[in-house]
Amino acid sequence: TMLRRMTRLLSGARQARHGEQHAALHYHIPLQDLKTVFPQGLPPRFIMQVKTFNEACLMVRKPALELLHYLKNTNFAHPAVRYVLYGEKGTGKTLSLCHVVHFCAKQDWLILHIPDAHLWVKNCRGLLQSSYNKQRFDQPVEASIWLKNFKTANERFLSQIKVQEKYVWNKRESTEKGSPLGAVVEQGLTRVRNATDAVGIVLKELKNQSCLGAFHLLVAVDGVNALWGRTSLKREDKSLIAPEELALVCSLRKMVRNDWHGGAIVLTLSQTGSLFKPRKAYLPQELLGKEGFDALDPFIPILVSNYNPKEFESCIQYYLENKWLQHEKAHTEEGKKELLFLSDANPGQLERLCAYL
Amino acid sequence: MAAPCVSCYAALSCRLFLGGRVSLSQKQGVWKAAAAELQTGTGSQILRLRHTTGVSTKKNVAALRRETYTVDFIKKQIEEFNIGKRHLANMMGEDPETFTQEDIDKAIAYLFPSGLFEKQARPIMKHPEQIFPKQRAIQWGEDGRPFHFLFYTGKQAYYSLMHEAYGKLLEVEKRQNQLQAKGLFSEKTKTKDLIDSRWLIKEELEEMLVEKLSDQDYAQFIRLLERLLTLHCGSEEEFVQRFRRSVTIQSKKQLIEPVQYDEQGMAFSTSEGKRKSAKAEAIVYGHGSGRIKVNGIDYLLYFPVTQDREQLMFPFHFLDRLGKHDTTCTVSGGGRSSQAGAIRLAVARALCSFVTEEEVEWMRQGVCKNIQSVCLLGHCFKHLL
Repeated sequence: TMLRRMTRLLSGARQARHGEQHAALHYHIPLQDLKTVFPQGLPPRFIMQVKTFNEACLMVRKPALELLHYLKNTNFAHPAVRYVLYGEKGTGKTLSLCHVVHFCAKQDWLILHIPDAHLWVKNCRGLLQSSYNKQRFDQPVEASIWLKNFKTANERFLSQIKVQEKYVWNKRESTEKGSPLGAVVEQGLTRVRNATDAVGIVLKELKNQSCLGAFHLLVAVDGVNALWGRTSLKREDKSLIAPEELALVCSLRKMVRNDWHGGAIVLTLSQTGSLFKPRKAYLPQELLGKEGFDALDPFIPILVSNYNPKEFESCIQYYLENKWLQHEKAHTEEGKKELLFLSDANPGQLERLCAYL
Repeated sequence: MAAPCVSCYAALSCRLFLGGRVSLSQKQGVWKAAAAELQTGTGSQILRLRHTTGVSTKKNVAALRRETYTVDFIKKQIEEFNIGKRHLANMMGEDPETFTQEDIDKAIAYLFPSGLFEKQARPIMKHPEQIFPKQRAIQWGEDGRPFHFLFYTGKQAYYSLMHEAYGKLLEVEKRQNQLQAKGLFSEKTKTKDLIDSRWLIKEELEEMLVEKLSDQDYAQFIRLLERLLTLHCGSEEEFVQRFRRSVTIQSKKQLIEPVQYDEQGMAFSTSEGKRKSAKAEAIVYGHGSGRIKVNGIDYLLYFPVTQDREQLMFPFHFLDRLGKHDTTCTVSGGGRSSQAGAIRLAVARALCSFVTEEEVEWMRQGVCKNIQSVCLLGHCFKHLL
């Protein structure tokens, strides 16, 4: 119908041609893709919305378009460029990241998507002392969850990529040189104790091999400021652990350094899950701290801001089409103005407000 | 119209006041002594006045009991009040001839400072008519025959009032018929503005007539008066006006800031607001896109709770100017809810200067109609409460 076309693009296949004229329109992701590309990583409220509407629609917005433009024009011979999405709470950083990830998945890149780095620095049970490096700590639970999701997302690559070294897990098990990466992942999944090491190996291999040009690598990390903040994990003697002492964090930091080429790194800052950071902080300087900023420097910052009027209108139309707004005043001009005022064009707030209507 | 409160009575044959008289006589004696002291004491006047100015202290003791006061007693009280007033004027160094009630109030507040919160519990000195409740004088004569012809209806004042009102109604109708017969009847008689006055409520009418009324009586009376009003009577207006009280409109009392202009020619207006212990100052600009900054921070970040942002929305929403003004505010003190309330008040006051005359009229009509309807409704349904 006409109305649908106003706010929707018809299929995800056209996204390769997302351009300026598609700004503020929604595009549709088939549910099948959702399971393969995003086993993890979508914000929970978005998942609820997908379940309610029985379809996944993302709005095409300017920051995402900008990123896609850069990614389309990446020069794979140069070191990987870092893009940092930052902005205030609820403006759509995570969803923009998901948009980019979906695009790259369609383009057949290998996606290394860490849904929320904050999950790795807080509330971890079962910290083990690392067998690889005595001073570091392993997190078997988080590592195995991530490995499982990684496997779902990148099935086809796991058999193609071959390991370049021999890895000895323990006295009885080892992975030979030349075996597929899938074997390492399997090892990590079956032997939970070695999961963290498996993750580290995967990251290292991928980094080395993306330079060879067999595939393009996209490293997408949400909440990257967790890597340089503080943790809330304690040792048995109740002393705090610094992030450097976590093996996962170390390997991820190495990944995010731009000493490899053949891909791109897209990062998001997030205050929502961060520890010990003030609520109103959203600038990279504040959230990353000096150490993080230096480590990530140079990077391209991309600001994600609230909806502009066109996007706001489009969002309201989308809700109306899905019959989400049942209040009789919702489609009137005054109703829209009220919603605009109350949510201040913040996507997160708007979504929460509309949930009541 | 209203039954006379104080009228002459036959001293001895009144049965009703005998009981009251005994207890009063003691007090009268005391008062006499006090009065004597007042007249004799010269140098020590000031000291004695504090204890013995019967008018200001004794009223609070005896006056509020539901007993009947003799006419003499009331007269005596009035005399004493006047004398006391002159003494007070003397004390304060003012001219006794031109000492008004407001001056009395100010003097008493100065001489007897009280920290009590309840205003009615503080010392007062007012004319006895305002302090002692109005009472009906004896309504029958020596031979037991009542004075008023409607005495045996039980509510003589009310029925006589109804009788008078109906008489006026008939007169007006007769006059209009005559005019119509002559062909001089004109429809153009203006009805005065009824917006800023309301009918007396039942309690006020009871007080005026010194008689108990029922709800139906009251409703009947108001209906009669309204019917009188619809007939465009020019001459009976004063009669009707006696039963209307003006509704004081807060907005008229409020000072409206004039709009100021800054360097770029943008119109803006400033004002303050308070709520609990939060103080806020708001600057509202004439043209904008609805951005609000609180203490330099965007209002979405400053008030993460939706309820607070709704509070900010109300002044704009009421005037339908949601996206048209930019605002900058500073706020301090209180908690998040009271800060939101303080900003709301400040913004509302600041918006007043942008509000045009028609909007003022429209607001007043809307608000006054609401007040009137709420008063009447509350009155009608109060027996259900």
